[in-house]
Amino acid sequence: MSMDVTETQPLGKAIKRKEDPRFIRGQGRYLDDIVLPHMLYMALVRSPYAHARIKSVRTEDAYAVKGVKAVLTGEDLAAMNLAWMPTLAGDQQMVLATGKVLFQYQEVAAVVAETREAAEDGVSRVDVEYEPLTPVMDPFFALSSDAPILREDREQTNNHIFHWEVGNKEDTDAALASSPVVVKEQIRMPRVHPAPLEPCGCIADYQNSTGKLTWYVTSQAPHAHRTVLAMVSGLPEHMIHVVSPDIGGGFGNKVPVYPGYVCAVVMSIKLGQPIKWIETRTENLTTTNFARDYHMTAEIGATEDGHVTVLKVTTIADHGAFDAAADPSKFPAGLFSIVTGSYRFPVAFAEVDGVYTNKAPGGVAYRCSFRVTEASFLIERVMNTLAYRLSLDPVELRRRNFIAPEEFPYQSPLGWVYDSGNYAKTLDTALAIIDYSQMRREQEKRREQGELVGIGISTFTEIVGAGPSHTFDILGIKMFDSCEIRIHPTGKVIARLGARHQGQGHETTFAQLIAQELGLSAADVLIEEGDTDTAPYGLGTYASRSTPTAGGAAALAARRVRKKAEQIAAHLLEVSQDDVQWDGTRFSAKGLSSRSVTMADVALAAYTNLPEGMEPGLEATYYYDPPNLTFPNGAYIAVVSIDRGTGQVHVERFVAVDDCGTVINPMVVEGQIHGGLTEGFGIAFMQEIAFDSDGNNLAPNFMDYLVPTAVETPHWETGRTVTPSPHHPIGAKGVGESPNVGSPAAFVNAVVDALAPYGVTNLEIPLFPWKIWEVLKQHGLTVS
Amino acid sequence: MFPNSFEYYAPRSVEEIFGLLEQYGDETKILAGGQSLLPMMKLRLVAPSILIDINGISSWDNVTEQAHLLHIGALVRHRKWEYVLDSRVPLLHQTARHIADPLVRNRGTMGGSLAHADPAADWGAALLALKASVSIQSAHRSREVPLREFFVDTFTTVLEPQELVTGIRIPLHYDSGFVGARYLKLERKVGDFAVVGVAVTLVLDPHGVVLDAGIGLAAVGATPLAAVKAESLLQGHPLTPELIRHVASEAAKESDPVTDRRGSEEYKRAMVNVFVERGLTAVHHDWQRLMDVSA
Amino acid sequence: MGRTVINDQIMVHVTINGESRHALAEPRTLLAYFIRDNLGLTGTHVGCDTTSCGVCTVLLDGVPVKSCTVLAVQADGHDIETVEGLGHNGQLHPLQQAFWDNHGLQCGFCTPGMLMTTTALLRNSVDLTEHEVRRAISGNLCRCTGYVNIVKAVLEAKRRMGEETRKV
Repeated sequence: MSMDVTETQPLGKAIKRKEDPRFIRGQGRYLDDIVLPHMLYMALVRSPYAHARIKSVRTEDAYAVKGVKAVLTGEDLAAMNLAWMPTLAGDQQMVLATGKVLFQYQEVAAVVAETREAAEDGVSRVDVEYEPLTPVMDPFFALSSDAPILREDREQTNNHIFHWEVGNKEDTDAALASSPVVVKEQIRMPRVHPAPLEPCGCIADYQNSTGKLTWYVTSQAPHAHRTVLAMVSGLPEHMIHVVSPDIGGGFGNKVPVYPGYVCAVVMSIKLGQPIKWIETRTENLTTTNFARDYHMTAEIGATEDGHVTVLKVTTIADHGAFDAAADPSKFPAGLFSIVTGSYRFPVAFAEVDGVYTNKAPGGVAYRCSFRVTEASFLIERVMNTLAYRLSLDPVELRRRNFIAPEEFPYQSPLGWVYDSGNYAKTLDTALAIIDYSQMRREQEKRREQGELVGIGISTFTEIVGAGPSHTFDILGIKMFDSCEIRIHPTGKVIARLGARHQGQGHETTFAQLIAQELGLSAADVLIEEGDTDTAPYGLGTYASRSTPTAGGAAALAARRVRKKAEQIAAHLLEVSQDDVQWDGTRFSAKGLSSRSVTMADVALAAYTNLPEGMEPGLEATYYYDPPNLTFPNGAYIAVVSIDRGTGQVHVERFVAVDDCGTVINPMVVEGQIHGGLTEGFGIAFMQEIAFDSDGNNLAPNFMDYLVPTAVETPHWETGRTVTPSPHHPIGAKGVGESPNVGSPAAFVNAVVDALAPYGVTNLEIPLFPWKIWEVLKQHGLTVS
Repeated sequence: MFPNSFEYYAPRSVEEIFGLLEQYGDETKILAGGQSLLPMMKLRLVAPSILIDINGISSWDNVTEQAHLLHIGALVRHRKWEYVLDSRVPLLHQTARHIADPLVRNRGTMGGSLAHADPAADWGAALLALKASVSIQSAHRSREVPLREFFVDTFTTVLEPQELVTGIRIPLHYDSGFVGARYLKLERKVGDFAVVGVAVTLVLDPHGVVLDAGIGLAAVGATPLAAVKAESLLQGHPLTPELIRHVASEAAKESDPVTDRRGSEEYKRAMVNVFVERGLTAVHHDWQRLMDVSA
Repeated sequence: MGRTVINDQIMVHVTINGESRHALAEPRTLLAYFIRDNLGLTGTHVGCDTTSCGVCTVLLDGVPVKSCTVLAVQADGHDIETVEGLGHNGQLHPLQQAFWDNHGLQCGFCTPGMLMTTTALLRNSVDLTEHEVRRAISGNLCRCTGYVNIVKAVLEAKRRMGEETRKV
């Protein structure tokens, strides 16, 4: 049962969320709820073609529409030197197209009008003449010499974006050659979209009189957005005030800067009025950043007795028309090198080649710490194949290869130092919840009766908390995070962080963390995020980094405050500072616990009764540069049955045991896991952004981009082990993405397991019923 | 996304409606439940210059009964049948719970669904199975068209621009002992259009002989289809597993699906087979249970 | 003669959360935007264009509908309930309380629609099973919670409201 916000010593307790009262009353303040005086609305003209030359853009008819105030084209932007903007990946992207369009729905012109409806009317009256070109939709073809060069703005003469590799290729090839057993699979993670229910949008409000731009934007990283906007627009950074209001889900979709944002800012400067732009759902699904689209080939070498010897991975990454991936600068393939997973691979090699195609640009880390989902899906799927090859229970194969608790900190062959974990314990907990051996017996029985029943395991390791400044930056900015804490005279606290939550519950969990450090209740601590004029600089909320980075900053800022409080307490208790002790809620004199003061007493003194010479006030700021990443892990088990008539898969049970280190609020952690599992379920079974050969996006709305409803979504069972991170100030690791990272493989492994007796080892997601039925038919398994 | 501008009329009498239709015909769209029309207008796939909102005609919101016919007014919402199980036409209840999602069912109408003529329409398949007819009216004439002659092509019916659907008539089988039905729908998720939908309804005599059979198919042709030949194989025969299998495979042959992202032609045909067999078998079991209880 | 509107704005009168309100709207104005922009009640959200997501759900004459798929003029003279009308005298409705207690929301964007659909469900049902709740909310998408806690909250609200009724 959830607990009240006034609980003391709140760390680890299921405190009811502080943000909820406004949301359940309909009093949340999301972007589209903000209305400014004289505000105008913007809508965008978009290309119907995936690849075409623009012959002309005629705007006269649009100006004739009642209510239309202005139309902006790529040529207009070019005259301002704003036709292109930099991407987070160091590439550039067209703001409004000039010359060629490179993907369907690409931004071609912007129309501003007095109403939303008139803006759309104006869009329908902008006349663009195109000369269609053959689109390049297949990344493998894109790399061939027959493919046309898509990016004429770049000097190179092919569609290759980057080559990235890690590990030792020579040793890996040698180890594969000498391994007694080698399995190989092609693993495809198709293009998907995070699709938060609130689409992206912004209001740009430029005041001519002050030269200040207030930019309300659905941003997971408001400080980074301010810096990027300053770079793009030339506006001085201190004259840009970014406000990220309540956000209706992000999942990575609200990390990048999009062309619509830039157009709104330009229009506001041009017209001197606030401009609101809110994506339609179609715009959201077709143009703002996608995720995945990895074509992976993996080989695992092993001994006959089931010890892995080597891993080799080759990947073609389809980044679309512009490389707009949101990754740390040094990592064009994100943290894909976590691909060795939870297993002790002596040697490994991974390579990724990025490719341009005529698809929307990306990709983002969709509920994922930069390509970790791809890595996790790959290793957990191919370990499954290896288990079948060796006729070993997939549980047993994993046990034989787990990195053991005593091996931490563990140096992986691809360069990471895993902080902590007890993989066998996490797995055992999951096995116990589901009663694994009983499940296998039942499976056997049901198989004898002709049923297709499968059990799938995924024992994944995440890598989150980017990141340490020696390795991690975005556009050169180190990926620290920050917290500023002020205690007011009455002992009430305001804390501001550089992160920006989108539903994760920071207003509660960070209040709990800080309250714990300061001996208060979460009710005493107000958390503010998302306003760049007040919050200290931070890199934002994505990649499960809030707790590992901003959470670390919060704990250390609180400890800094407590350090000063201790001096004031010594003064109040009339003892030396060495004789003051802190029991979690009070300072007392050593050996004389009856003499004590609370943090509230100290706070009042900080403004009224200070030791002589001490600076007044009680506040601190901490910029936390984590020494390492954190490595949450989990053990997931899915049980499925397949309808032999239709190919439909029914998930009968799903158990998720997560280890995210120290838990701040178990209720919130469980909620994060439920949500991530549901997205993982969607990715395994229904979510896909597919294209036809003409470049048409086949999932441009929620009628065809299928996200799970309550009816399809399984009932989730959860459990927990706790292996604290040794280097994080409170031992926490981050959890929001683990379930999305770990679960797709569990679902697919379960379906494969149901079909394994017939020689099936691999299936391509999403697992639509027709695909399964084709497999059933191939193996003579269909019935009515 | 927003619809284009249009002139809006909300008549209170049928005469006004027909007057408007006569005057404007092609330029108009009829707004009933609006659950297909308004999304299409928002996407600007449809841009009528005149919208006639018929929701003010309260008499079309009724279900009445006359001469062994159930008359369902054009404005009766899907949800009605979700909550009502009429044992003489159980297929209505069986089907209603599969249409779109509960919120759409609260607003969408049977008449609107038929007039829209989406080949994947659940009501299309169900009402074909029930051998329903459509009441059509204009300023100058009214006519009753069997549903099996109503659909012409995808999104196209026999309706003239001046005409509109005022209701649906379903024949009732008063003398029969047992009516059983199933609607089986393969959808990719709740709210999806049918990948394949199969409606079966049977009237059985006390010996299990089929007195009347209806099989309707959704999403496996240019319009909703009736599996006429399969139906005829059932007529006058007792239900047996062999017959059911035979009928199912005939129905699959009568279907005419196309390959798309929801599945191949072969898959969809196979699903017709599976669902017809499952539907008829389920009805057979219903009947057997009833016999066991009464015995 | 019914109402005729030719391409211009007309006055739309509604009762919303028990209060009489009116405002001008174009015929093409969708009810969701009328509630948000014209009446200033922003608890009702908009999340898609295809009647798919349900974040705009309101009660129209007591029946939950997607207000992005109803014209504002169609609501003229009708009764509307939105999330702002739940609860009385500053007190939360038991359903709101149950969502809070059971962590039935995260980003909060789908929550108002979810609350309106389940408000109607609670009014119209005697007993409820988990399956029935899942079916009832299948027109309301949620991307954060995974639905489990929403279902739990609805069932708990039903139980609590039953206890309240029995006490009386």
